[in-house]
Amino acid sequence: MPLTREQIAQRIAQEVKDGYTVNLGIGIPTLVANYIPSTKTVMLQSENGLLGMGPFPSEGQEDADLINAGKQTITTQKGASFFSSADSFAMIRGGHIDLTVLGAMEVDQEGSIANWMVPGKMVKGMGGAMDLVAGAKNVIVAMQHADKEGNSKLRTKCTLPLTGVKCIKKIVSDFGVIDVTENGFVLREFAPDMTAEDVLKATEGKMTISPDCKAMILT
Amino acid sequence: MSSKVYQNATEAIQGVKDNMTLLVGGFGLCGIPENCIQALKESGVKNLTCVSNNAGVDDFGLGLLLQTRQIKKMLSSYVGENVTFEKQYMSGELELEFCPQGTLAERIRSGGAGIPAFYTPTGVGTKIAEGKEIRTFDGREFVLEKGIVGDFAFVKAWKGDKFGNLIFRKTARNFNPMIATAGKITVAEVEELVDVGELDPDQIHTPGVYVQRIFKGTHYQKRIEQRTVLKNKK
Repeated sequence: MPLTREQIAQRIAQEVKDGYTVNLGIGIPTLVANYIPSTKTVMLQSENGLLGMGPFPSEGQEDADLINAGKQTITTQKGASFFSSADSFAMIRGGHIDLTVLGAMEVDQEGSIANWMVPGKMVKGMGGAMDLVAGAKNVIVAMQHADKEGNSKLRTKCTLPLTGVKCIKKIVSDFGVIDVTENGFVLREFAPDMTAEDVLKATEGKMTISPDCKAMILT
Repeated sequence: MSSKVYQNATEAIQGVKDNMTLLVGGFGLCGIPENCIQALKESGVKNLTCVSNNAGVDDFGLGLLLQTRQIKKMLSSYVGENVTFEKQYMSGELELEFCPQGTLAERIRSGGAGIPAFYTPTGVGTKIAEGKEIRTFDGREFVLEKGIVGDFAFVKAWKGDKFGNLIFRKTARNFNPMIATAGKITVAEVEELVDVGELDPDQIHTPGVYVQRIFKGTHYQKRIEQRTVLKNKK
C-alpha cells in the first residue's frame, strides 16, 4: 500500500533534528508539525514573519494579526519572534533555515523542481517557493509518486516550468524515500507492503536501488 | 513644521492620480491599509499599478479596487484567493507580473534604501530570470533584480505618533516596514495615534522619517481568511 498523506508527513518528521529551524509549506508539509516529538526543540518559521509558530489557537483566542503563510490563525511558542518579510527572506535566502519541506508537481533526476505553474491554467503564483528552494540548506519534497493516470512525477527532466534548478536532495513520496544524487534518484526506503522493484517500475527518471534499501519504518 | 497628521483616509490620499504606481502593505488580509483602500475606491482613481504581495479577496482588500476595475496591473507573489482577479486576468483586462515573495520584499527594501538593483539566487534557471542579467559569484549564478519605488505607499500599523513613528503588531508587520520606506509619499494608517514622546524609541519599527502622512483609521474589520482552531478534546 502506498503511504497516506499523514504517513508521508510522519516519515518526514523523522528527518527533523533537535534544534532545527524548519519551514513547512502548505499541504502535506504542514502535517509534519503534528509528528515532531516534544522531546525535540524545533522552531517553525512562517515566511510571513514569525519564527516560533505554535499550534492553532483555542476557540475564541483567534487573533487576526497572528496568521501563518497559509493565512490560518495560529499561536506563538516560547522564544518566538516577529519580523518583516525582508528579514524573513534574509533568513531563508541566507541559509539560516535548516530544513524546508514543500510539495511538488514534478522533480527530476537532477533535483530540479516544478511546483508553481501549469501552462494554460490560471497561475496563482510562486509565493515564497522559489526563495525557499534557492536558500534552505536542505529541501525535502513531499509528493505523490505518480499522477492520477499513473504517470511518474519523478521525471528524467521536468516538463513544467521550474521553481528551482538542481536544489532537491531528498523526496518522500507515497512510494518511498528517495535521495537525489549526481547519479540520479537513489531509492533508500520503500513503502511497507511494496517492493523496491515496484517503486523502480513506477519511476520515469533514472533510479538505482541503494544496497541498504529497506522497508520504511513509521514510528 | 507642518503637521503630518490628517483627519481621515480621504484627506490622506489626496494627490493620488490615474496611472500611478502604489505600494500596498499586508500579507493576505493581515495588516492591510483598510481605510486607504476604501478611500481609493471612492476616489475613482484608475489605471493603477499596485505592488502588493497578494491581491485581496473578491470583496475585501485590493479585491475592492479590482471589482471597480481601477487596477491596470498587479505585481504580486501569490494571487490565489481572488476569483475577480482570475476572470480579469484570463480575459486580458488585467496585467500581472509575478515576483517571488522574497525577491519582492527585497526589491521594495532596495528601492527605499537607494539601491537600484541587486543579485539574488532566487529564480535562476526559471521563467522569472528570463531576459534578466545573470552573473556568477564564487561559482554560483545569480539574477539581477531591480528595486521598486512607488508614487504612493500605503501601510497599516498598530500604533503611531504624530511624527510618523510606527509600531506593528505580530504578523501584521509583514511587508509594511519595507513599503513604508519606498513611497515618494508614504501614508500610514494606525489603530492608535498618540502624541510625540509617548512611544518608547527602543520599540519603534519604522522611524517617522519614512512617513509623510498619518491618520487614525476607523472601523477595522481585520478579516480572517482561514479561521483555524484546536478541536475540543473530549
